[in-house]
Amino acid sequence: MTDPILDIRNLSVRYRGTPDPAVRGVSFTLGRERLGIVGESGSGKSTVGRALLKLLPTAEITAERMQFEEVDLLNAPERRMLKLRGRRMSMILQDPKFSLNPIQRCGHQIAEAYRTHVRASKAEAKAKAVEMLAAVQIRDPERVYMLYPHEVSGGMGQRIMIAMMLLTDPDLVIADEPTSALDVTVRLQVLNILDALVRDHGIGLIMISHDLNLVRNFCDRVLIMYAGQVVETLDAADLDHATHPYTRGLLAAQPRIGGDRSALPVLERDASWAQTGATT
Amino acid sequence: MKPVAIRDLCISFGAVQVLHDVTFDVASGESFGLVGESGSGKSTVLRCMSMLQAQWTGDVIIGSQSVREMPLNARVRTVQMVFQDPYGSLHPRHSVATVLSEPLRIHGLDRQRARMEQALIDVGLPVDFLERFPHQLSGGQRQRVAIARALILEPEVLLLDEPTSALDVSVQAEILNLLARLRSEKGFTYLMVSHDLSVVDHMCDRFAVMQAGRIVEVLDRAAIPSNAATQPYARDLIAASLAYERAV
Ligand SMILES: Nc1ncnc2c1ncn2[C@@H]1O[C@H](COP(=O)(O)OP(=O)(O)OP(=O)(O)O)[C@@H](O)[C@H]1O
Ligand SMILES: Nc1ncnc2c1ncn2[C@@H]1O[C@H](COP(=O)(O)OP(=O)(O)OP(=O)(O)O)[C@@H](O)[C@H]1O
Ligand SMILES: [Mg+2]
Ligand SMILES: [Mg+2]
Repeated sequence: MTDPILDIRNLSVRYRGTPDPAVRGVSFTLGRERLGIVGESGSGKSTVGRALLKLLPTAEITAERMQFEEVDLLNAPERRMLKLRGRRMSMILQDPKFSLNPIQRCGHQIAEAYRTHVRASKAEAKAKAVEMLAAVQIRDPERVYMLYPHEVSGGMGQRIMIAMMLLTDPDLVIADEPTSALDVTVRLQVLNILDALVRDHGIGLIMISHDLNLVRNFCDRVLIMYAGQVVETLDAADLDHATHPYTRGLLAAQPRIGGDRSALPVLERDASWAQTGATT
Repeated sequence: MKPVAIRDLCISFGAVQVLHDVTFDVASGESFGLVGESGSGKSTVLRCMSMLQAQWTGDVIIGSQSVREMPLNARVRTVQMVFQDPYGSLHPRHSVATVLSEPLRIHGLDRQRARMEQALIDVGLPVDFLERFPHQLSGGQRQRVAIARALILEPEVLLLDEPTSALDVSVQAEILNLLARLRSEKGFTYLMVSHDLSVVDHMCDRFAVMQAGRIVEVLDRAAIPSNAATQPYARDLIAASLAYERAV
């Protein structure tokens, strides 16, 4: 790949006080594309995302290489990371309400985030925040601007996180389950916003998701994780032809509209899946 | 076991009315879905039913009793809720063991350790997770702890707010199978919010479509594959879901 945004080789992460690494030997590159990461709950998807931003104070990160554009992430001091995070690399976290300050109005948090990156008056920042809330299809952005995090619905919380990411012009966006709480119509609109960032701004997008339909249709490539390792890498269009038994099991476990409602097939997990990891 | 009747439920926050005369029935042992626009009031309906929100008007009747008149102790054994946002619903400094043992202790149930272990096994988590704290769990693992906590008191009515949207499809399949089995064995009544109509079709007999604080239509599951809705918003939502399943 010419000029990748990310080049990750042999990344491992071990949380302090746990015997086994949560992520083992993960390698991939990311260009100006949409890369999906799917995999079982607890397989290490969010850990990979947080490791890339070095947002893991209680973990030990090792790798042969962790390159983001011209930056060597592995050796970048926290000072450097502070300048990168939010500005050049953004992450939409899986638990939106947890990542917002509970005692500050949602709109103020967006406006303040804007002012940490761009010189602007309070009024300009507020106008920008309202504009971003409208951009993510929030119905009455002026009202939602004034709400506290516990007063917004699940899907609004997710969109507030996305609005915050849209404020700056990042080169890399890591979106951890960004649309799981959205109804299908709003979900498609939000996906279009993310799509436009890749198409028009040439960003690299990592999309962590449980939604197989979404990654099949929205992403270019997909990494499948199991027990901390990448077990299969596929072009998204070939997801239905996945060969790894875990990936095949995932596809079978999906309920379908008009299905017969018998018990869904569940995975018979095989210990050997956790031993043999494939890399890209 | 117990039917649920919701009558003219209204609630306002400040000047904004969020629910407008929400009325529907869920039969005893039925599994009823609630779908609709993000922000339309689905979670608020469940929060009113479980009295987490109290300043509403109208009526919520479970069995033959209004939830307002149920003493707290009886209420929590009758109706339990699984929240959309598992981080918000688990205390950050309580271990999984504390989360699961508290309801058992309050209700003086026997065999506490065995019940806690079984609850974790039921949701597909290892028993040694009892010692963990919420920040040491992945998103889906936290959600499964929240489901285990709701099930441990074996409530007759379960309110499930997007119980599986944080889970990968393999774990989702295990949880949906567990919920289906509990319903057939124990006759639980479910009210389930979901954005995924394939989950609604798989789990629910009937479902209500909400938009902007109102129920726009109540439909049978059979209305999904053929899109038999008559109200415009409900038709659009089903059409979008059918298209999404086929293509995105
Ligand atoms: N702070 C921590 N301390 C110890 N273990 C942790 C910590 N955070 C996460 N883990 C463990 O690391 C593993 C990977 O977690 P991670 O959050 O990356 O999973 P995930 O693939 O994102 O899952 P989900 O789909 O459920 O969100 C899990 O088994 C989890 O329990
Ligand atoms: N405590 C509160 N104060 C002010 N407004 C509130 C409060 N609780 C809920 N609301 C508002 O009520 C509306 C409905 O919220 P609710 O959480 O019920 O939506 P929802 O249908 O569950 O949406 P989602 O699918 O996104 O979770 C939203 O506009 C929300 O901002
Ligand atoms: Mg995660
Ligand atoms: Mg909700």
